[in-house]
Amino acid sequence: MALLKLDGINKVFNEGTPDEKIALDNINLNLAPGDFVTIIGSNGAGKSTMMNMISGALTPDFGSVIINGNDLTRLPEYKRAVHIGRVFQDPMAGTAPTMTIEENLAIAYSRNAKRTLRFGVDKKRREFFKASLEKLHLNLENRLNAKVGLLSGGERQALSLLMATFTKPSILLLDEHTAALDPSRAELITKLTKKLVEESKLTTLMVTHNMQQALDLGNRLIMMDKGQIILEVGENRKPALTIPDLMSEFEHIRGEKMNSDRALLG
Amino acid sequence: MFTALFGSVEQGIIYAIMALGVYLTFRVLDFPDLTVDGSFVTGAGTAAMMIVLGYNPILATLVATVAGFIAGCMTGILHTKGKINPLLAGILMMIALYSINLRIMGLSSDTGVTRPNIPLLNSETIFSTFGNFWSGLGIDSVISNALKSMGLATVPTTWGILALMIVVTFIIKLIVDWFLKTEVGLAIRATGDNKRMIRSFSANTDSLVILGLGISNGMVALSGALIAQYTKFADVGLGIGMIVVGLASVIIGEAIFGTKSIVRVTFAVIAGAIIYRMIYALALRVKWLDSGDMKLITAFIVILALVIPQIVSKYKEKKRKAKRLEERMALQKAKLKVEQGGNGLA
Repeated sequence: MALLKLDGINKVFNEGTPDEKIALDNINLNLAPGDFVTIIGSNGAGKSTMMNMISGALTPDFGSVIINGNDLTRLPEYKRAVHIGRVFQDPMAGTAPTMTIEENLAIAYSRNAKRTLRFGVDKKRREFFKASLEKLHLNLENRLNAKVGLLSGGERQALSLLMATFTKPSILLLDEHTAALDPSRAELITKLTKKLVEESKLTTLMVTHNMQQALDLGNRLIMMDKGQIILEVGENRKPALTIPDLMSEFEHIRGEKMNSDRALLG
Repeated sequence: MFTALFGSVEQGIIYAIMALGVYLTFRVLDFPDLTVDGSFVTGAGTAAMMIVLGYNPILATLVATVAGFIAGCMTGILHTKGKINPLLAGILMMIALYSINLRIMGLSSDTGVTRPNIPLLNSETIFSTFGNFWSGLGIDSVISNALKSMGLATVPTTWGILALMIVVTFIIKLIVDWFLKTEVGLAIRATGDNKRMIRSFSANTDSLVILGLGISNGMVALSGALIAQYTKFADVGLGIGMIVVGLASVIIGEAIFGTKSIVRVTFAVIAGAIIYRMIYALALRVKWLDSGDMKLITAFIVILALVIPQIVSKYKEKKRKAKRLEERMALQKAKLKVEQGGNGLA
């Protein structure tokens, strides 16, 4: 059974106005447990909109989102979030800046349990948080009481990634989560992503503008354009795939040259 | 002079509960909640009405707190479910509460439906009940005699109210400190900090905002109920500008005592409320000011509390930068000298 199933998703923004935009045009996608799918496509292809459909930040005009066999299309974002971990592009978006590292971790820790009136951080949890932070090798385990607003973008993104994954969600959504970082930090977060996903065998969807990253990570790849999935590469073909392959596939399908967007090549 | 300041400390500690409520909305939830002007009177009116009707003052105070909690929740519902801008939601609730408060106070009169004020001159209040117990302890005469021997001519009639309020406010402070560290409290803080983030961690931000506003206004109403019993009077106009008083307390406290941790900030807010009352009492002693100028004084204090920290920090930064520049220049000069010296040798 598919872990995540997108069934005929359609979404139009600003319908009936001159700004009308078909953001998603009949999207169908199936993810098996443990799949790691990388998503590429130029700006406005609908990648982020699709992520927002899965997380529940947006609801589709038509079609349904099915997770573990349950139709969650109309379930609000906060209820769905029990099953879905998310890391955003903006390093500011995934953490609470005026709260400390351990408090942020405590919030993530309560993701799939009812929040009660017990202390968010107690001795036992602090030990667990410390052990989890040690895996990042950023020395954050010794700064548990530092406010997250004081951390650098890379540190924050690493923390966001840890927070998104450590309750082992059914689905992990990564929305260009390395795009706002400098190359060396991006590299670090990419490695970390790989490690965390493999460790917990998380079913993952990752949007990226970096083709090399899309090829290096994951077992499947999809390419989107103008609200459609125009190319799906499965487990068998993906290891041999190269950037020129992707470029020529695009030309072949669309009958036009791929927008030689530098960001796309990373 | 001493008794005037003593009175302002007593009142300040009672108003501090209101200021803690304002801290919860303004700072923790980042929600500028104007319900306060109305819910303060809801607390005062409910308590006064019940006391006049002969209920136990402690019960009356508790019911007043619950009434404030409900009022706060209503503002939260208007904002989250009705998608009304926070400021407007608060103002709407404040206006609605004006009429509701008249009705609540009206419950105590046999003839009218509404009532603009309730005197509690001969009624039993929390303070009079506690006063009976307190005077039995005989602490007042000990302190008074000690102060008189130190040369003070007039001494406060009782220290009981101060002692009681220090304990009550301190307990509330501890509860707030504790609550903000619980799982629910952390989620409320994160709601004020980054809504998108906390939603992605499966928290219902709507419920958290409603709960936060409810707790805040419950505290505001509790403060109103105590003030009505302290001044032995509840009036429908009691709450005008109350939000500004609360804000002034928060800002003054934070500016003086800092915001390093929650425990520290809640203490700062209480201290800020007391300091505000003292400034206020001193301002009123100025001859050419009238008690009608009170609101103007309040506005002035808040403006000063907002502007002075900015000026101070700007001045400090300027000074720091000048000092750094001087250091750099000195360093460069020293380097240059060394180089020149080297050239001379060669």
